[in-house]
Amino acid sequence: MGEVASKTLIKKGAEASLYLADWHCRKVIIKTRFPKKYRPVELDEKIRSYRTMHEPLLMHEAKKAGVSTPTIFLVYPKNATIIMEFIEGTQVKQLLGSMPKKERQELCVKIGELIGKLHKHGVIHGDLTTSNMLMNAEGKIFLVDFGLGEKSAELEARGVDLHLMKRALQSTHYQFAQECFEGVLRGYSAVLGEEEAKEVIAKIVEIERRGRYVSERKEEQ
Amino acid sequence: MKDSSEAYCLGIESTADDFGVGIVTLNGKILANASSDYVPEEGGIHPREAARHHAEVADTVLQEALTKAGIKPRDLTLIAFSQGPGLGPCLRTGATVARALAAYLNLPLVGVNHSIAHIEIGKLTTGAADPVTLYVSGGNTIVSAFDSGRYRVFGETLDIALGNCLDVFAREAGLKHKKGMPLGAALEKLAANGKQLIPMPYVVKGMDLSLSGLLTAATTLLRKGECKLEDLCYSLQEHAFSMVTEVTERALAHTEKREVLLTGGVAANKRLQSMLSTIAEEHGARFHVVPREFATDNGAMIAWTGVLAYKHGIVTPVEESFVKLRWRLDKVDVPWVK
Repeated sequence: MGEVASKTLIKKGAEASLYLADWHCRKVIIKTRFPKKYRPVELDEKIRSYRTMHEPLLMHEAKKAGVSTPTIFLVYPKNATIIMEFIEGTQVKQLLGSMPKKERQELCVKIGELIGKLHKHGVIHGDLTTSNMLMNAEGKIFLVDFGLGEKSAELEARGVDLHLMKRALQSTHYQFAQECFEGVLRGYSAVLGEEEAKEVIAKIVEIERRGRYVSERKEEQ
Repeated sequence: MKDSSEAYCLGIESTADDFGVGIVTLNGKILANASSDYVPEEGGIHPREAARHHAEVADTVLQEALTKAGIKPRDLTLIAFSQGPGLGPCLRTGATVARALAAYLNLPLVGVNHSIAHIEIGKLTTGAADPVTLYVSGGNTIVSAFDSGRYRVFGETLDIALGNCLDVFAREAGLKHKKGMPLGAALEKLAANGKQLIPMPYVVKGMDLSLSGLLTAATTLLRKGECKLEDLCYSLQEHAFSMVTEVTERALAHTEKREVLLTGGVAANKRLQSMLSTIAEEHGARFHVVPREFATDNGAMIAWTGVLAYKHGIVTPVEESFVKLRWRLDKVDVPWVK
């Protein structure tokens, strides 16, 4: 893996472990998807290598769409490891709760714009949560964790992506989930255009009705 | 109020194919858990037929529970019933029995959310205090955890439930639902003899998952008849269970809780238990699984959740006791959880 001077585990997530390391005089993140003992080896290897190969490609695509992501330095498919730029920033998850209302709404609109840019460019993030968004000191937002993403311009994929954003807001920021999601949709519509955004929003409603036990479905019948 | 070890709550469960009556004391001792399940001649649950079954067995199951608990109806303090979510005709049958009992005995009535009851009985029987819960059954696939007054949903199925996925496949494969041997158990037995992992769709989206594509792929392979049934059962289980385990692990990492609880009908599956216990261990969390008797739908869980609500001043006036077919667990305040 070349010159890794120091290596500290900074996050042991469900999907991967993140290490902060010194690599060729640079602060980097080493992201390794370790084998998951619970699933069969052949399935596990397939999933880990697919996601490791796929993530950098999507991050690159995101950049093309005008969405900031950490720069990729190296990819080791064999041991499911990616070396990427370390972003000095704070998770949006930690910021959202302590912000004044106005700033919070502006941030949500900004997030919506970023999602709009991704979707317009045919990139689906696949795991939109406020933990996967980092804000640096200048207020620039970076999206990370594209491992579950895909290239798609389908309405269904876009709808699920936004549905996940909504779900994340509801479970983690329930106090202001609604105003936040409305902000996200405003930003999203501004980038994607009212017409297209409307179709996606209608799709979100449909996706949620598909799930079990949603009150709206009964009202509709 | 009487001493809580001598005060009893009777709970009625009837959301789907089981009609159950449980009796617990107000301090959480389970005295009886009687039930009768409706077994369809073929195919899945026919809601009206299941409701007819429930109405027919109601008095026998009630009597059985009272006898087992060694108490008389006059000894009861409280009646709880499953108010939703579930199948309309089945829910209404249980609610009608509950209202009649409460009116006749002049007792308070408490409507209970069925999904929350699965979590609460898991906590009561395993000692889990604040877990990330994977609730998997024929109608539900939900990853939830408590935060600020409610159980929050972190992930769930985008289409069909895990139990439903397994049951439909098992029926397609000609397996039969027998008394005491649910379809899932028959499938699990076959899967244990599977050796070859056949590639199938694996669809995780954030903390949500989708099982309909997996079911279609598995049934298509089954109809082609080129794979061994054991291998198909094995592969279906491995893919589906890996998906729910992955999203549970995500919720566990996200919430940083120290316990994992597996509950609902599919919790009886040993392979699923072992997968979840692996991730719990990896994150330094304790793994709990609800005992088999309380994994499937049961009256005791309704009675116990009724007790928890009642102790926090929650009662359901008869005029508000209508059933709620699509009552989500994240819509319910749970003041008894701290």
